[in-house]
Amino acid sequence: MKAPLKWLSKYVDINVSPKEFADAMTMSGSKVEGIEKQGEELVKVVVGRIVSLEKHPDADKLQVSKVDVGTETIQIVTGASNISVGDYVPIALDGSSLPGGKKINKGKLRGIESNGMMCSIQELGYTRYDFPDAAEDGIYIVSEEILKEKYADAAKALGKDIREAIGIDDTVVEFEITPNRPDCLSIVGLARESAATLGTAFRKPDIKVNESGGDINEYAKVEIMDADLCPRYAARVIKNVKIGPSPQWMKEFLRAAGVRPINNIVDITNYVMLELGQPMHAFDLDKLEESRIVVRRAREGEIIETLDGNQRKLEAGMLVIADGKKPVAVAGVMGGGNSEICDSTSSILFESASFNGTSVRITAKKLGMRTEASSRFEKGLDVNNVVNALDRAAQLIVELGAGEVAGGIIDCYPGKLEPRVIDLQQDRINALLGTDISRDEMIRILRSVELGVDDKTGRVTVPTFRQDIEEMADLAEEVARFYGYNNIKPTLLPGKEMTRGIKTFKQKMEDRIRETMSALGLYEIYTYSFTSPDIFDKINLPKDSKLRNAVVISNPLGVDYSIMRTTTIPDMLTVLARNYNRRIEEAKLYELSYTYSKDNPRTTQVEGIDESGLPEEIETLTLGMYGKVDFYDIKGVAEGLLAELGITEYEFARETGNPTFHPGRTAVLMIKGEYAGCIGEVHPDVLEKFDISTRVYAGSIEVDKLVASAGHKAQYKPLPKFPAVSRDIAMLVKDEVMVKQIEDVIRKNSGKILEEVSLFDVYKGKQVAEGMKSVAYAITFRAADRTLTDEDVNKAMEKILEGLKNELDAKLRE
Amino acid sequence: MREQLENIKIQAEKELVNAQSIQELENIRVRFLGKKGELTSVLRGMGALSPEERPVIGQMANDVRAILEARLDEAARQLASKERQEKLASEVIDISMPGRKRSFGKKHPLTQVIDEIKEIFLGMGYQIAEGPEIELDYYNFEAMNIPKNHPSRDVQDTFYIDDNVVLRTHTSPVQARVMKTQKPPIRVICPGRVYRSDEVDATHSPVFHQIEGLVVDKGVTMGDLVGTLKEFARALLGENTNIRLRPHHFPFTEPSAEVDVSCWGCGGSGCRICKGEGWVEILGAGMVSPKVLRECGINPYEFSGFAFGMGVERIALSRFNIDDMRLLTENDVRFLKQF
Repeated sequence: MKAPLKWLSKYVDINVSPKEFADAMTMSGSKVEGIEKQGEELVKVVVGRIVSLEKHPDADKLQVSKVDVGTETIQIVTGASNISVGDYVPIALDGSSLPGGKKINKGKLRGIESNGMMCSIQELGYTRYDFPDAAEDGIYIVSEEILKEKYADAAKALGKDIREAIGIDDTVVEFEITPNRPDCLSIVGLARESAATLGTAFRKPDIKVNESGGDINEYAKVEIMDADLCPRYAARVIKNVKIGPSPQWMKEFLRAAGVRPINNIVDITNYVMLELGQPMHAFDLDKLEESRIVVRRAREGEIIETLDGNQRKLEAGMLVIADGKKPVAVAGVMGGGNSEICDSTSSILFESASFNGTSVRITAKKLGMRTEASSRFEKGLDVNNVVNALDRAAQLIVELGAGEVAGGIIDCYPGKLEPRVIDLQQDRINALLGTDISRDEMIRILRSVELGVDDKTGRVTVPTFRQDIEEMADLAEEVARFYGYNNIKPTLLPGKEMTRGIKTFKQKMEDRIRETMSALGLYEIYTYSFTSPDIFDKINLPKDSKLRNAVVISNPLGVDYSIMRTTTIPDMLTVLARNYNRRIEEAKLYELSYTYSKDNPRTTQVEGIDESGLPEEIETLTLGMYGKVDFYDIKGVAEGLLAELGITEYEFARETGNPTFHPGRTAVLMIKGEYAGCIGEVHPDVLEKFDISTRVYAGSIEVDKLVASAGHKAQYKPLPKFPAVSRDIAMLVKDEVMVKQIEDVIRKNSGKILEEVSLFDVYKGKQVAEGMKSVAYAITFRAADRTLTDEDVNKAMEKILEGLKNELDAKLRE
Repeated sequence: MREQLENIKIQAEKELVNAQSIQELENIRVRFLGKKGELTSVLRGMGALSPEERPVIGQMANDVRAILEARLDEAARQLASKERQEKLASEVIDISMPGRKRSFGKKHPLTQVIDEIKEIFLGMGYQIAEGPEIELDYYNFEAMNIPKNHPSRDVQDTFYIDDNVVLRTHTSPVQARVMKTQKPPIRVICPGRVYRSDEVDATHSPVFHQIEGLVVDKGVTMGDLVGTLKEFARALLGENTNIRLRPHHFPFTEPSAEVDVSCWGCGGSGCRICKGEGWVEILGAGMVSPKVLRECGINPYEFSGFAFGMGVERIALSRFNIDDMRLLTENDVRFLKQF
């Protein structure tokens, strides 16, 4: 909401600088977004009158003019063609400056001295939107009427600052008004807040209407059919309308507030809306069939052409203003072209009404036409401001000489809205705020924003323009914002019961996961949770994969962000690809985030609030790496993590059927026999689609599965008292034998004295037959209660070797 | 014999001075003091001495031995020390050569900020509450006093799954869940990922993170809110930090405030971080609206509470002097290594 200070000052005394005013208003709850000083960049630009015009002797397109600038007559060479002798024009004098820092100095144009420049409206920093009377292409010719209005005699304007002459010398304060305060979307509402903030007097507009043109009931009828959507509809009739431009003062106010002046009738409706916050509409009365207004719901399929020239198909249920036959306006949104006022209009019907905010909001949204009026109505306007606004418009009609106001008002107001009355309860207010504000002070504050307080009973009468004030907490806010939020003494919950500030087990495990990842050299990444449906094909998912059943966003930013991810692998690959393509040699990354499983609905947390429409959210640890790494690096990360989390009952099983991964270099992680994740080398087909031409290792592990089995219950074991004995063995086995099988056999056959089995070499090639490999282990034995003898160890080794030979056909290498 | 002994002493001392190594010293010891050494051979001739002279010469010989042994030990110490010095001198390395690289990873800057804020509130007795990102319209809006078709919904451009399900626009629904399932006293913070349909640019992201806080108890005041936020701001940004509350409107709090902190870049005199204002807005806050309390089954006559919320990205960008929010989700390793 833009508030020109001159306009605001009609209703409140602002006794401080604009900056101080803005700060004070911000601190009392009307946040100032900016202060604009109109014409700030215009220096030494004045009003001049063209005294003579002659052709330039040496240039066809230039004219040499003499211009009266009040104190003197100066010569200016100009290329403009829209000017004539006698015109009043803006003159940028020698040494002047224009918006954008442009400087004007005297000089010669084709040999003829020029002592300044005539300006177009654009050169003054405005457009034809603000000044519709300006020439499209040429010098801005200031109308004599404007100057007469301001200076009585146009000649007195000569040499006057152009900003003053055409009314671009106000300071405009722009407020951010929150949706709960539609009353502040008006000059009067802001004046009220200003007065309460500054402690100065608030003057309401003095509204008096001079009626002259007969009785309204002879000219028009109004009927509300659907009072649920239209609690009040008031109308006045204006006869003998004279459409014309508005006076300069009104244009200046509107322009400063960011509204384009059009003609006196339209300007009056806009003026009243800005001043009092009530949107208005003017119908050409002669175009209303049966001279009737009927407020009703639209019939399915009814069509109206709105003022913006578009055909709108209405739905049943949308509220319209109709005449005896057809819709003439979409209620609270926009008027219809069929009843629009035009230059020949002689009678108008002014509408000032109250519409149901939700209904207006839905209708405007459905029709895709949010207007200034609709965005005000949807916030819930004061039903008791309706007639006030109507009278203000009628008053302006008379003041502007734009017509004659017919006697009386039609005011359909079936159920009068009474002000809300609530108890002051100053003790509860102080208890909520933590303050010790006296009752008198509270009453003073509440009265300053026009809340009525009964001294004796403490009953607070809330005017209907403050629908946001419903109970004690709302009064507390009113008190607090004028008492000063920053005068409230800070306290730290004194005397309250202690609460434990600790993390849950799961939260601690999440921390441990991150710490372990850091220690293992992985960097954490963050990626978006929504993605594109084409990622499933990119990671080779079969068409019938359950992962393709994703939660879909109904209004996404674009198809690339349209589904909630069911797998995090594609985002990891995208990040790896980005790094790879930026020629970063190595990347080792992890992410801790969620996937969203539509197939598994959430269980309801609170009885009666069904959550089955929500997907289960599965916390996932995603790993990804390329560079000087191979499968055993990513496996090492997984193993390191499992160890750090104290998980021992797990195994990795070969996975050949996951199409995202290399069929021979992939494993699933099973914890206590249950699937917990998958790691492996990414399939070259997939890498190709991600534009990566190096080997990549990736995987994902479900965090809940980790957490469920995690937990170090560390117990001290005495350090060994007796020495260990170590034996190395090397054997030849068939290539397909996995070392896990060998280790299992060793463990099974070595009895209680086995301490550790440690793989130290796997070799294929020279001296090893095709299809075979050499595998070497260091096996450590130890007994807790004695020193092992050679015999003990030999016995164990014999059993081990026999087992390896029998079960795996292993041949011992000497 | 006196002379002989004297000569041995003089001779040995002379050689001692010239000895260059432990071995040479040992040679000297053997030559003069050893079993077959010169001193011993001199003593062998003691028999030829008169009984009166014997103890005198004996004493003298012992003195010479003692002196020489002491000298030898001293020389050995000096030589050992010299040799140690020489060894050390020969072992000088170029300490400007780089240390062996140990590859540690790092937490993402957003995690670092979230962790830091969590720590502060854990220390003040808050627990960490979590809830789903894909959320019921009911919890996200209606329980927060934002009815359907209410203009307040415009402030938060929402991603919808269907009429009843949204991507949560703030972490407030977690507060509603906490209030509905726990009895006061409640002190929680709710960190998490939230969504608003903003196009991606340097300062906007459709996916971002918030941390909200909620306290509900008997007799909680707005003064407690101010005190808590001040304590938090000082813990996060430094002991000299001030805060400033400006009245604002949120549907779920009453009274409501926007909260500025004195700029950590300039301390309030105005700089690039605060755009010359001296203050930076980092929080929204207020006393929990009685409507929200009632909706969540808490009697506003018995209990009151405060709530606050902040954007993590915004704090992270300022704290690490990052000028483009997109860097946070690009995950360039060279970026991630900087924090």
